[in-house]
Amino acid sequence: MRYAETGYYLEIDLSKGTIERVESDPQLTELYLGGLGTNAKIIWDRVPPEIEPFSEDNLIIFSAGLLCGTPAPGANRTMITSISPQTGLLAFSMMGGYFAPELKYAGYDKIIIKGKSPTPVYLWIHNNQVELRDASHLKGKSTYDTITTLKKELDEPYAQGLAIGLAGENRVYFASIETETSSASRLGLGAIMGDKNLKAIMVRGTKDLNIAEPLPFMEESTKILDYINHRLENPLPGIPGILSMIGSPQEMAVHDEKWHTISFAWGNARYRRKDFWNDEIEEQWRETMENARKKLIGCYNCPAKCHGILELPGFPTYVMKCFSKLTYVMAAMADDLEFGIKIASLAQSYGIDGYTAPQVMAFAVELYDDGILTDKELPNFPKDNRERFFYLLDMIVKREGIGDILAKGVYWAAREIGKGAEKYDHNTIKKHEQIPIKLGMLNPIYYLMWSTGEKINITQIEGQIPQAPLKKEDREEFVRDWVHIPTGKEERFKNFILEWGDEGKVFPFWPSIDLVCELVEWQEIMHYIDDCLGLCAGLSSFPLKPAYHIHNLPLFVKYGTGLDFDEDKLWEAATRVRTLIRAINFREGLRREDEKPPEDHWKKRFPEYEAKLLEEYYKYRGWNKDGVPTKETLYKLKLDYVYDELVERGILKESEEETK
Amino acid sequence: MSSNKKTRIIKTIKVDIEKCIGCKSCEIACAAFHATPKYSSINPARSRIRVIRDELRNVFLPIRAGAYTKSECAGRPSYIIDGREYGECNFCNASCPARELFKEPDSGLPLRCDMCEDDPDLEKPMCVQWCKLDALIYEEREEEYDEEVELNEMEVAVESLIDKYGIEKVIDSIARITKKTQK
Repeated sequence: MRYAETGYYLEIDLSKGTIERVESDPQLTELYLGGLGTNAKIIWDRVPPEIEPFSEDNLIIFSAGLLCGTPAPGANRTMITSISPQTGLLAFSMMGGYFAPELKYAGYDKIIIKGKSPTPVYLWIHNNQVELRDASHLKGKSTYDTITTLKKELDEPYAQGLAIGLAGENRVYFASIETETSSASRLGLGAIMGDKNLKAIMVRGTKDLNIAEPLPFMEESTKILDYINHRLENPLPGIPGILSMIGSPQEMAVHDEKWHTISFAWGNARYRRKDFWNDEIEEQWRETMENARKKLIGCYNCPAKCHGILELPGFPTYVMKCFSKLTYVMAAMADDLEFGIKIASLAQSYGIDGYTAPQVMAFAVELYDDGILTDKELPNFPKDNRERFFYLLDMIVKREGIGDILAKGVYWAAREIGKGAEKYDHNTIKKHEQIPIKLGMLNPIYYLMWSTGEKINITQIEGQIPQAPLKKEDREEFVRDWVHIPTGKEERFKNFILEWGDEGKVFPFWPSIDLVCELVEWQEIMHYIDDCLGLCAGLSSFPLKPAYHIHNLPLFVKYGTGLDFDEDKLWEAATRVRTLIRAINFREGLRREDEKPPEDHWKKRFPEYEAKLLEEYYKYRGWNKDGVPTKETLYKLKLDYVYDELVERGILKESEEETK
Repeated sequence: MSSNKKTRIIKTIKVDIEKCIGCKSCEIACAAFHATPKYSSINPARSRIRVIRDELRNVFLPIRAGAYTKSECAGRPSYIIDGREYGECNFCNASCPARELFKEPDSGLPLRCDMCEDDPDLEKPMCVQWCKLDALIYEEREEEYDEEVELNEMEVAVESLIDKYGIEKVIDSIARITKKTQK
């Protein structure tokens, strides 16, 4: 018997219309855990770089994490993996909500989809009954309507669903996949679903999921639940507002947006508006939020209320998450929160990424204002920025006129438009739009995370440590019960917090490069563990002093699966996954020269020091000077097969001197 | 006159609908507690508390399994509260032929909340312990009652089978099975 996981995948070929239930190899769990880890292994084995994102042979994998469906609080993430149409690299968007646990109760850890259906279909999974069904009547329907319609048609009010909207159907490179509460937004997975003519997946499960060591698992789960509750009621003392919490409940619950609106860049990631927030705005925004917000809710088995049900007359009711509240407002330079809530409602119903879409629109507005795009491309372009955004949203999701090009995102659109448009592409890395933050002094820790982050998304690898030095009087208190630090690093990491901000102990040349490397590795590895186990980063890798950490996580894996995991083994498994994903990206064409932050992310840059940081970090992680994992590293991680192929493809040279 | 009356503890779980966010922690706790061995498997379909949830209509409603009923009611009730419509049967706690709720997924036998009565007794039922939002509130009070014979779990199950198939079919089946197992 398998524990914590079901031990079965669904293999679906849409071209042939075949469905198979396949037992998974239990050894893969020991090596790659589950979720993102086992997804990456499948992509490595079955999707070589010759396969284009929009091709029958590209896979899209919907996976529950290893712990999803168990009582571990917040273990509810669905990891969706494919090759991104936008970056050509691994796309691994994720979402919370209710889908993954339901999939486990239906008896499956993953749905692996290949091929293209000749006509629109949806997938219906009800325990052992799995069917591809006609979806022609759902064509063009919004993400929400699709799911509610299917629930009714199937007469299954307890089913969970995910769907694409118009954007996915039209293969917009930043189309999202939506559930009723959550979104997998980044890197265009909705377009892959659309390309495969798969409109939706509905799942209903009533089977048992087994736990290997029930009593201790339940005890650890109860502790987590109690800690979450404790932290929700007791924010960390001495830590600035939004960083003192756990989860991300602040966005929907709080109307005070001073910190975001004055710290993040507006427009096409251009302008800081340090005097934006005032009493009048505050009053307006409070009223808007209170009027629109019907209730704060959240995800499966978690008491943190990070989502808001928002409702404004004339727009579809929807569930908003986190920062999408502000992305449209700030990109449009609109001072009006109501606009943001309205356009996000439509955008989500079309199924489009709330990070990328506003930046593409702001980019188009700049091009128009500077005469690169004209009335020819944008006929009857409105004067008001808010109206312009609605106009552009419509063109993009329908791929009409210039919308067809903008639908590829800033990087590709800039190159297709030409006429100097490339210069307006200043906030993408690896062809993907980044969070609009523009800062002063180079931060060596963040420099490495921006540059080498495989997810191309800073919020998905950062966490654990404060973003600025703490006040002297708060430092002792912060490290006092900082139990989260990996074994052996306690003194070094605590001293970092205790000294950071003292005379001479400031960025960029402090702390030492080896400590920078260790801090980067720690932050990143914790995220990879979450992505394999299906845990919400908001309870684990993202906040300060989270509920889950490297000392209790191995217990969950051990008690859940019955496999003998400890701190070292879990760390190694996450490192294996992280390294494999790097190998996938290098096989897809990523190179050292792509490893950099957005060009104007910091005003004060130190090219020589940055090169040294990168070099030292590569060495620290066991990668060669080009950033490719070395033979020694790959063999140590039991990734021999990766080494063989990288050599075969000329990405690694057999004769190469190994970096120690 | 009250000499044949006894007192007993009445256990209640009060539901504060405004506080429920539909996270289903209660379902997990219940399903885990009632698994054999305890906590060894999770299957919310076996839970004796289920959350009716429809986020886009802002409906979140935990319902605990009540008595088994052999027939659905004529004329189903529905309610509008604070502008939100609660569908047919939403507030009903019966294990009933009209719906899938509160039936063992394998056997179809009815499930019923037992307030997690156990040896030793839990301080509070599991669903209440796992509801960190205080949407489920546990209360106890003493009440006088006339003594009557309560059916045990097996009797409830057999009775429901009799209700569904008729006593003759059940006797026939048991006789057949007995023969088979004696072979």
